[in-house]
Amino acid sequence: MTDSKYFTTTKKGEIFELKAELNSDKKEKKKEAVKKVIASMTVGKDVSALFPDVVNCMQTDNLELKKLVYLYLMNYAKSQPDMAIMAVNTFVKDCEDPNPLIRALAVRTMGCIRVDKITEYLCEPLRKCLKDEDPYVRKTAAVCVAKLHDINAQLVEDQGFLDTLKDLISDSNPMVVANAVAALSEIAESHPNSNLLDLNPQTINKLLTALNECTEWGQIFILDCLANYMPRDDRESQSICERVTPRLSHANSAVVLSAVKVLMKFMEMLPKDLDYYGTLLKKLAPPLVTLLSAEPELQYVALRNINLIVQKRPEILKHEMKVFFVKYNDPIYVKLEKLDIMIRLASQANIAQVLAELKEYATEVDVDFVRKAVRAIGRCAIKVEQSAERCVSTLLDLIQTKVNYVVQEAIVVIKDIFRKYPNKYESVIATLCENLDSLDEPEARAAMIWIVGEYAERIDNADELLESFLEGFHDESTQVQLQLLTAIVKLFLKKPTETQELVQQVLSLATQDSDNPDLRDRGYIYWRLLSTDPVAAKEVVLAEKPLISEETDLIEPTLLEELICHIGTLASVYHKPPSAFVEGSRGVQHKRIPARAGSGESAESSDVGQSGPSEAPPAVIPSQGDLLGDLLNLDLAPPTATVPSVQPSMQMGAMDLLGGGLDSLLGGDIGGSPSMGAGLGVAPAAMPTALGIAPAVGGVGMPTGSYVAPKTVWLPAMKAKGLEISGTFARRGGIIQMDLTLTNKAMSVMTDFAIQFNRNSFGLAPAGPLQVLTPLSPNQTIDVSLPLSTSGPVMKMEPLNNLQVAVKNNIDVFYFSCQYPLSLIFVEDGKMERQVFLATWKDIPNDNEAQFQIKDIHLNSDAASNKLQGSNIFTIAKRTVEGQDMLYQSVKLTNGIWVLAEMRIQTGNPNYTLSIKCRAPEVCQFVFLCYELVLKN
Amino acid sequence: MIGGLFIYNHKGEVLISRVYRDDIGRNAVDAFRVNVIHARQQVRSPVTNFARTSFFHVKRSNIWLAAVTKQNVNAAMVFEFLYKMCDVMTAYFSKISEENIKNNFVLIYELLDEILDFGYPQNSETGALKTFITQQGIKSQHHTKEEQSQITSQVTGQIGWRREGIKYRRNELFLDVLESVNLLMSPQGQVLSAHVSGRVVMKSYLSGMPECKFGMNDKIVIDKQGKGGTTDDSGKSGKQSIAIDDCTFHQCVRLSKFDSERSISFIPPDGEYELMRYRTTKDIILPFRVIPLVREVGRTKLEVKVVIKSNFKPSLLAQKIEVRIPTPLNTSGVQVICMKGKAKYKASENAIVWKIKRMAGMKESQISAEIELLPTNDKKKWARPPISMNFEVPFAPSGLKVRYLKVFEPKLNYSDHDVIKWVRYIGRSGIYETRC
Repeated sequence: MTDSKYFTTTKKGEIFELKAELNSDKKEKKKEAVKKVIASMTVGKDVSALFPDVVNCMQTDNLELKKLVYLYLMNYAKSQPDMAIMAVNTFVKDCEDPNPLIRALAVRTMGCIRVDKITEYLCEPLRKCLKDEDPYVRKTAAVCVAKLHDINAQLVEDQGFLDTLKDLISDSNPMVVANAVAALSEIAESHPNSNLLDLNPQTINKLLTALNECTEWGQIFILDCLANYMPRDDRESQSICERVTPRLSHANSAVVLSAVKVLMKFMEMLPKDLDYYGTLLKKLAPPLVTLLSAEPELQYVALRNINLIVQKRPEILKHEMKVFFVKYNDPIYVKLEKLDIMIRLASQANIAQVLAELKEYATEVDVDFVRKAVRAIGRCAIKVEQSAERCVSTLLDLIQTKVNYVVQEAIVVIKDIFRKYPNKYESVIATLCENLDSLDEPEARAAMIWIVGEYAERIDNADELLESFLEGFHDESTQVQLQLLTAIVKLFLKKPTETQELVQQVLSLATQDSDNPDLRDRGYIYWRLLSTDPVAAKEVVLAEKPLISEETDLIEPTLLEELICHIGTLASVYHKPPSAFVEGSRGVQHKRIPARAGSGESAESSDVGQSGPSEAPPAVIPSQGDLLGDLLNLDLAPPTATVPSVQPSMQMGAMDLLGGGLDSLLGGDIGGSPSMGAGLGVAPAAMPTALGIAPAVGGVGMPTGSYVAPKTVWLPAMKAKGLEISGTFARRGGIIQMDLTLTNKAMSVMTDFAIQFNRNSFGLAPAGPLQVLTPLSPNQTIDVSLPLSTSGPVMKMEPLNNLQVAVKNNIDVFYFSCQYPLSLIFVEDGKMERQVFLATWKDIPNDNEAQFQIKDIHLNSDAASNKLQGSNIFTIAKRTVEGQDMLYQSVKLTNGIWVLAEMRIQTGNPNYTLSIKCRAPEVCQFVFLCYELVLKN
Repeated sequence: MIGGLFIYNHKGEVLISRVYRDDIGRNAVDAFRVNVIHARQQVRSPVTNFARTSFFHVKRSNIWLAAVTKQNVNAAMVFEFLYKMCDVMTAYFSKISEENIKNNFVLIYELLDEILDFGYPQNSETGALKTFITQQGIKSQHHTKEEQSQITSQVTGQIGWRREGIKYRRNELFLDVLESVNLLMSPQGQVLSAHVSGRVVMKSYLSGMPECKFGMNDKIVIDKQGKGGTTDDSGKSGKQSIAIDDCTFHQCVRLSKFDSERSISFIPPDGEYELMRYRTTKDIILPFRVIPLVREVGRTKLEVKVVIKSNFKPSLLAQKIEVRIPTPLNTSGVQVICMKGKAKYKASENAIVWKIKRMAGMKESQISAEIELLPTNDKKKWARPPISMNFEVPFAPSGLKVRYLKVFEPKLNYSDHDVIKWVRYIGRSGIYETRC
């Protein structure tokens, strides 16, 4: 029997023919016809016109035919919802069939038919199937709940399917458990805050038991679910790890990687001095190495993950360098990834071997691979000082090959080596200069020009070399133009006598003939500098450059932590958080690694999550130097191809500086040139801190003053025998004031005003008497400001910011209550030290974190942080990741409570996400209200 | 989870298209064709993302299998599933080819419906699948109630890989230790990297639900036993034991038991399956040593001399020996002289291929060749790919020895002694390269 013939029918009138066949009396003919329909569907033909005819074939006892009809239904039901109803009866009937395979088939298919009307009919059969006696039906029904939830979430909740699904976690059959876990995990993802999965030690225990018994796929579902659990303490963490480690010997790589994920995450909680911690570290290496003998596609996934693991815990694989050596027949994607890991693992101990390998690779065929290998040699030189000399000589050998792209790549990395080891390898410059003509890539040209400019005094014909570049100035890329400008200015400062003409030429090319504002601006700066104060010019242009760091393209710690929580998944392959490539709400929650139990800490506070880096992070992103260089004299791209994502925002900062400097310069203030020099001089000091968490740009701005809400009526005249009190609260220069407006709406004069507060949450009390000096005559209104102190008696109020006030006058005593914004008690010295912030953030248990959405704010992050600062909400640091600004803020309350916040602002999204952490979690809600109040006004 | 699964032929025509999730549309089918299959060389990664849709692909001969998703799925799982899918298809209709796929498309749809539900992989053991998904179409009406529940309990059960009630007149076991030895050697004869990746493949024809226990000369186990036993004994066996870097097991093996006691116990699937894989890097017996000598004589001539030495017991015979010596692209003519076997220059493969049928241990053989080159103005030097070698030897280069395989089936009346067991060792070359 061959089915391939079904693919070949292309005649006209085919549909009619099929229609006739479908309605044939002969079973065989019917089946043949349905097969033809499916084949047409596969190749993309529209056979939806046959819907009623195909559905008519559904009532059959031939299971194969039934499955084919179902397949058709799943594809076309949505386009023919009314017709699809015709199928319902058969489904419902099939769900009662004595054969479990048919019951399961019916419930499985029904869930795939995304027609609202059908889902209503699905509920009853599904309910039965979830409790079916046969595990095969139950495991199918469990997945069906997830399907239904995808169509109509509300229906699933209303029908109580979620509870039934939760019950299935305790099912006796491991496969049912696994599917229930998969379904629940998926549903939970779309309800980030629901406690749907409700992982507690009992359920975890059930999952771990099922783990030993279910299929390989089920093990993956369970392990992926386990990874989301936060163990209560290190002991629980260890016991889970112990039960997960056997999975490392599974033949299925995905099981292994998911187990690695759980272990990597949970071992974070184990004390480092624990014996078990060391044992675990040792156990992780062999399975990771074994993954490299899997099929190439899996190797690729494994290598991308190993890249993360090596960054997080270099100790695991530090002795395994050899397994990452590239094999001649590896696919290119495996080769490139291996190379990346080799560089990360390179150390003094193995550098000789690594270099020998890299040299070998540099002679291979694939251009990308060869380039990367050459670059890697440069990275080794920078990373392992002892090897630098050997690396340089290897690079020189490679330059001798005269292979164009090898030469260019080598020159780019040699430039970096010069920067790392100044005055050491300049003897090779002559060799480099020989290859000047063959350079046609901007990066290589720029690198060469930089070298010539930097070492102009040692190159006899530096002026000729640079002049030769100048001829085609306007055809060069910006990178090269900027570099050339700087190099010639350097040359001029070193050899002023011979090169005056050259410098004038380049300055006029840059300032007069160029349309590029960057180039023009830099040209002007140099011009002014040179003409006003050559000494300052020398100090600025020939300033000592900061050293470049040895580690490049490290993933930023927060992202790394998140990616570790996503080991095995696409996020770990792309090295991007799921939000970067997943649409909608699914999977965009940021996952976190649990924190290690502190030595002296009790068990409760140990399940702390953290967003900040866990340990002192390595100095990341060496581009700081280059950023500075961009301003001063280096236009070279960062030493590696991967540009850290933080860079754009920092570059902006640099621009601002430049702009400011230029203004003062062009403002005609000639005496201002020292200040200009200072401005630039400051930059190197300021820039290095712009890493990781950058100092808030907003902090520079002027505070705009705290927001004061308009007065509202607190005590209506009706209730107070004619006295109406409206008021508001304000904090002005550290003094809390209650602004009151008293109106006499009665017929008689009011006197003898006094005010008293009930005990309240923050001890607010009048700091003086209510100053109503003159009697209040009918229809008269007066405004009073009552200073408040926070030294009164304290009692927790509900709500927290409730204030009960008693006002007395000559007529009676009146009571009212009002609520003050919490910002009233935000003190002026609420700016926390950055280190303290990080530590505190880590220290506060995760349970205390609250998340809020602030909607419809159309401010950029700087404006927002300025506004907030007016209300004593201080931005400590700002970080930009993938177009998302993260502001880290602190607030201190009058009673010494610190509130920490992280505000995330996505460019173009008017909704901010605010995470608040505080040891007294009940204040979070009120702090959020303050944010909203301040930002919206 | 997996949103859809497509199978294409080499031209990019869809042969199978099954969509599991609503977020995957028909355009995904075309996106993959246009961006990956037709882009050929540009796509350099097995995972690609276009328009927020991720595509995973593997290729089997000229058939493309692609899984599609819009979510953050477990990538390792998707590839494992794709491989599994290939295994299942192979088990049903042997070779994966366009013709076979077209001929079996109804079956493939049926399989895809069964082993992937809403994008979640389900039991995909062919042993279990074959009991209820058959090429003839299932005869549901013929199944008795017992049979049905037997099927479902097997598909969902703890021992999903074996059904009950298997009976053989002769209980037999075949155990193959298949190793591939990998080597990368420098021109000077220094071992840059060497490892053995081995597999223990078993064919079991056993009745009932037998409990098996497998033992080998694993250093950890032997050392542990040595402590308990006499000193004499441990000294003897200590020499023969091997250090296993890592091993992975078929899902039938009780991993927690291996983790705690390092014993390998399991209820085997029926028929052929891979019990375990392992990797060793220490004390590997390298069956052959290749000594290359390449000399460039002027710009138009190369002289190559390669010596191979066999390094194992003289009583053993290596087979299917093949040495592949790469030649530059601008080779115009080659003259070869070899002491043993046959050597030929294959212009299409840019290599001299030297074949020797058999070679005993502790022997040596040599080939020398003169390669004439066409003068070129290509500046780039010839990359000199490594000399590679293929062979097969009747021993395990890792030194692994099977110590026992015990079978217990308490319910049926056959004992361990009644089972006929066969053990065979085969060592093959993996990537066995010597740089020159």
